[in-house]
Amino acid sequence: MYSKFVLALSTALLTLVGAAQAQEAVEIGVVVELSGAGAPAGTNWRDGIRIAVDEINAEGGILGKPVKVTEYDTQTDPQISRALVQKAIDGRAYAIWGTIYSGSTLVNMLVAQQNGVPQFVGSEAPTIVEKGNPFVFRTSSGAQKGVPALVPYFKDTLKAKKVGVAWVNNEFGRGGRNVFIAEMKKAGIEVVTDVPSEQAQTDYASDVSKLKQSGADAVFVYMNQEESARFLIEAKKQGLSMPLVGEVTLTEAKVIELAGPAAEGAIAHVGITATADQVEGIAAFREKFVKTFKRVPTHDAIKGYIGAWTTKYVTELVGKFDGEAFSEKMHGLCLPATKYPRILLDTCWDNRGEVSRPSFMVQVRNGSPVVIGTVPAN
Amino acid sequence: MMSQFLQVLLSGLATGSIYALVAIGFALVWQAAQTINFAQGEFVMLPAFLVLVGLNYFDLPLWGALLFGLAMSILILGAAFKKLVVEPILPHGGITLVIATIALGILIRESVKEFYSAEGQPFPSVLPSDPINIFGAVVSLQDILNLVLSLGIVVLLTLFLNRTRTGRCMQATAQNPAVAEILGVDVKRMVLYTFLINAALAALASFLITPVYLAKFSNGETLGLIAFIAAIVGGFNQIRGALVGGLLIGVLDNLVATYVTAEYRAALPLILLILIILVRPQGILGTPEGRAV
Repeated sequence: MYSKFVLALSTALLTLVGAAQAQEAVEIGVVVELSGAGAPAGTNWRDGIRIAVDEINAEGGILGKPVKVTEYDTQTDPQISRALVQKAIDGRAYAIWGTIYSGSTLVNMLVAQQNGVPQFVGSEAPTIVEKGNPFVFRTSSGAQKGVPALVPYFKDTLKAKKVGVAWVNNEFGRGGRNVFIAEMKKAGIEVVTDVPSEQAQTDYASDVSKLKQSGADAVFVYMNQEESARFLIEAKKQGLSMPLVGEVTLTEAKVIELAGPAAEGAIAHVGITATADQVEGIAAFREKFVKTFKRVPTHDAIKGYIGAWTTKYVTELVGKFDGEAFSEKMHGLCLPATKYPRILLDTCWDNRGEVSRPSFMVQVRNGSPVVIGTVPAN
Repeated sequence: MMSQFLQVLLSGLATGSIYALVAIGFALVWQAAQTINFAQGEFVMLPAFLVLVGLNYFDLPLWGALLFGLAMSILILGAAFKKLVVEPILPHGGITLVIATIALGILIRESVKEFYSAEGQPFPSVLPSDPINIFGAVVSLQDILNLVLSLGIVVLLTLFLNRTRTGRCMQATAQNPAVAEILGVDVKRMVLYTFLINAALAALASFLITPVYLAKFSNGETLGLIAFIAAIVGGFNQIRGALVGGLLIGVLDNLVATYVTAEYRAALPLILLILIILVRPQGILGTPEGRAV
């Protein structure tokens, strides 16, 4: 009688422990810019993740375990971001989602690498994937992939012989500017003026004036959102007549909202955008985001969303929570949107963590970004 | 090339006049409370969001929202700031109050971010933004208004302080509160006036710059720092010094970015600050023992 009781009790206990283990949450560290200059990008990234995590948990979590996210605010400070990545890993984070500012990512990704923790970042500076870090993965292509996609537009569509560059003097801007100048050189197009500006700069009179005097046929504009809007406002004021072409941000909905009529006609190559609502997954995400947060998502929100879903898909492909195995699986992996719908577009990662997917050419027309062409994955 | 020079000069004056409006606030608070209000940049950021609240949450017309923003600014940044921050903390020493204003700046900044948005917001222009061509240089009516207003405010404020009884009482309070009180000046009231004027000026600066700067919670950081430097460069104890400092930084910033280097333009105000401290510590128009308000 006694032995039967002990057996029953042990079985019940084992069942309970098993159930508890199955329900033990997967810790994820969202380390991102929630205050300081990077807050607009960071809050979008976080909100995209919040939507993804709700969906993932509604669909049974990752390998049957619910996802538990802890949010850490880097204050847009690289050193703080480094400490927070360490804190997240000390808190048993299985993966890190963030950061967005390249200057921060370059500093904190070493911590994730040393601990063998996969990290999805929103950063686009070329240097991120050139450091040989096997644990860092982009959520949208870096400038060295995005900017070359613009060359045919400058060369064949605009038939530009001389161009100007206006860029924001941070890691992101410098990366894009260097790639652009190298690509123009290869294409035989002369860069006649090179105008750096400061992050959070407000007065663009001098910058626009220099571009106006340069005799350029077109200008490549590579800045963050608010800076892009202020630049466009000043460009309109001074009557800058040449085409203004950017990468990603220049035609973002937020830039159009801020710049108003000054954004009209601006053109950009966009890796991923909520504007591309002809893509079913993007339209559904956009609708859900607008309903939840009462605003249109930026590309950073979509990037955060994709990073979260990729973590689920790839972990389930691996079949266990193992950072090393995850990273190995990611290199050279392609996820087709037909089989993995929340990836939104067919996406591949190379052996450096660089991402490749189809992209779009967008122009602002009548106050709205309009997709004017699709660029195949490179 | 001449039109380019004129362009950067005029744009520099327009931007500098904004720095001047904010810098005047530094000078005023220094005179009234012998402290530096490091939340001055946030004092300029907040009124724009109060206008946006009036527009978007109370559906007020633009003029109504501007009046709402002005009234709320005077109440919060003038009366409440004086009553809740300055009065209780000032007896503990100037440095305590300086630290309190730094904390206040962070509180305002993070509150706006939390309760409104971290993203920049468009802000309606009070005046049409149609370009006006002046010998090949292009400015807007808004630019001209910025310049005219800051010049006008310096003149009016100087006249008010020097030619009216209330203004002279305010000066007396600034120079020696104890003696002023013995002579029958209502010191508390005079100090309150100073804070109310500062709040109104901050609101005005906010309404003028936000159409171009865009409404963003972090706007005060850069603006506050540059205006602080402008006040020191011009002379911290002179209102006209704030104007000179503001205009100088605005113009030099544009000229250096155009003709020397744009990569180090952010360092220019700091270089100017070091030079002034070395060569003329009281500022261009300041007086060594000045208490002129």
